[in-house]
Amino acid sequence: MMAPFLKYGMFGDETSLVLAFLIGIGFGFFLERAGFGSARKLVSQFYLNDLAVFKVMFTAIVTAMLGVTYLGWIGWLDLSLVYLVPTYLVPQIAGGLILGAGFVIGGYCPGTSVAATATGRVDGLIYLVGIFAGMFAFAEMFPLLKGFYLSGAGEAMTIPGAFGLPYGVVVFAVVLMAVGGFYGAGLLEKKFATPVE
Amino acid sequence: MNPYLAGIGLGLVLLAAFVLVGRGLGATGAFNSVIAWAVSTVSPGHARSNEFIAGYLGDGTSSPLKSWLLFEVIGLFAGAMFSGLLAGRAKVMIEKGPRVSVRTRLVMAFAGGVLMAFGAALARGCTSGQALTGGALLNLGSWAFMMMVFAGAYAVAYFVRWQWR
Repeated sequence: MMAPFLKYGMFGDETSLVLAFLIGIGFGFFLERAGFGSARKLVSQFYLNDLAVFKVMFTAIVTAMLGVTYLGWIGWLDLSLVYLVPTYLVPQIAGGLILGAGFVIGGYCPGTSVAATATGRVDGLIYLVGIFAGMFAFAEMFPLLKGFYLSGAGEAMTIPGAFGLPYGVVVFAVVLMAVGGFYGAGLLEKKFATPVE
Repeated sequence: MNPYLAGIGLGLVLLAAFVLVGRGLGATGAFNSVIAWAVSTVSPGHARSNEFIAGYLGDGTSSPLKSWLLFEVIGLFAGAMFSGLLAGRAKVMIEKGPRVSVRTRLVMAFAGGVLMAFGAALARGCTSGQALTGGALLNLGSWAFMMMVFAGAYAVAYFVRWQWR
């Protein structure tokens, strides 16, 4: 048995769409459980009184990262067949800054705005309308933005690959960083405590 | 739910996506597919001539709505609604601080969404497709992106605090 199953032809594209729906249900369930259907809960991250965004995100990253690493080591998962978004450092750095500003101004990110809309948040719905409007505008302006969009390296790159470090060492460093971050997050929350909800 | 438990749950869902279909979670790509579908329905020639939109149309043999991420986002909607109803958190309301009017809050939500779209388009993904998925795969661009998301949000947070408290 070798994973990714789709890439090894264990099922076809039609089945993968059914799986997409089921995986999405899990995704939405845990986002909502974490409280991320609420803009006030999400933005509390940026006022330091509730660091749930950081905690949930880094716990999820570490969980999935350890999972793929172990499955790769025992030979059940071919990590080279898992899709990596190509790295274009310059537009991705600019995009991150713009997106971060949009996050605290609007209160959501795309996935959480869907969760918010699903649980009745009108501001989440309006935010979604904003995403559609912005994305349409971006597409229409693409001829102007194309040069910048394609600046940077433009190939799939991992941190271990780019810096010539062993994969396991980077994995271990991320785990240490996360654990240190969780400890620090607890201290910050005590210092800035005015909890929302 | 305890944030660490929710994080483990989310991480296992992400791991399942890697193992089953060889890709991670996402959200923005689903919206792009819907836009590509809408534009190509209204004006097929215009959609074809726009490189960004054409990228979501594939070879034209199947509908852009037959997209993995769109099915995943429909699931996201259902899963969040199920969880919210179960917990009694699903109700029609507007998330805002006490000092801001409904109208201003909704204008800010719209503006934030527009900015988010530009950021996610430039970065080739959002907090799900880049930060979460790429983070777990140790993708270089995703980590650079993630640091910048936090930097951008903390830099602007002070100026919009009236909206939240």
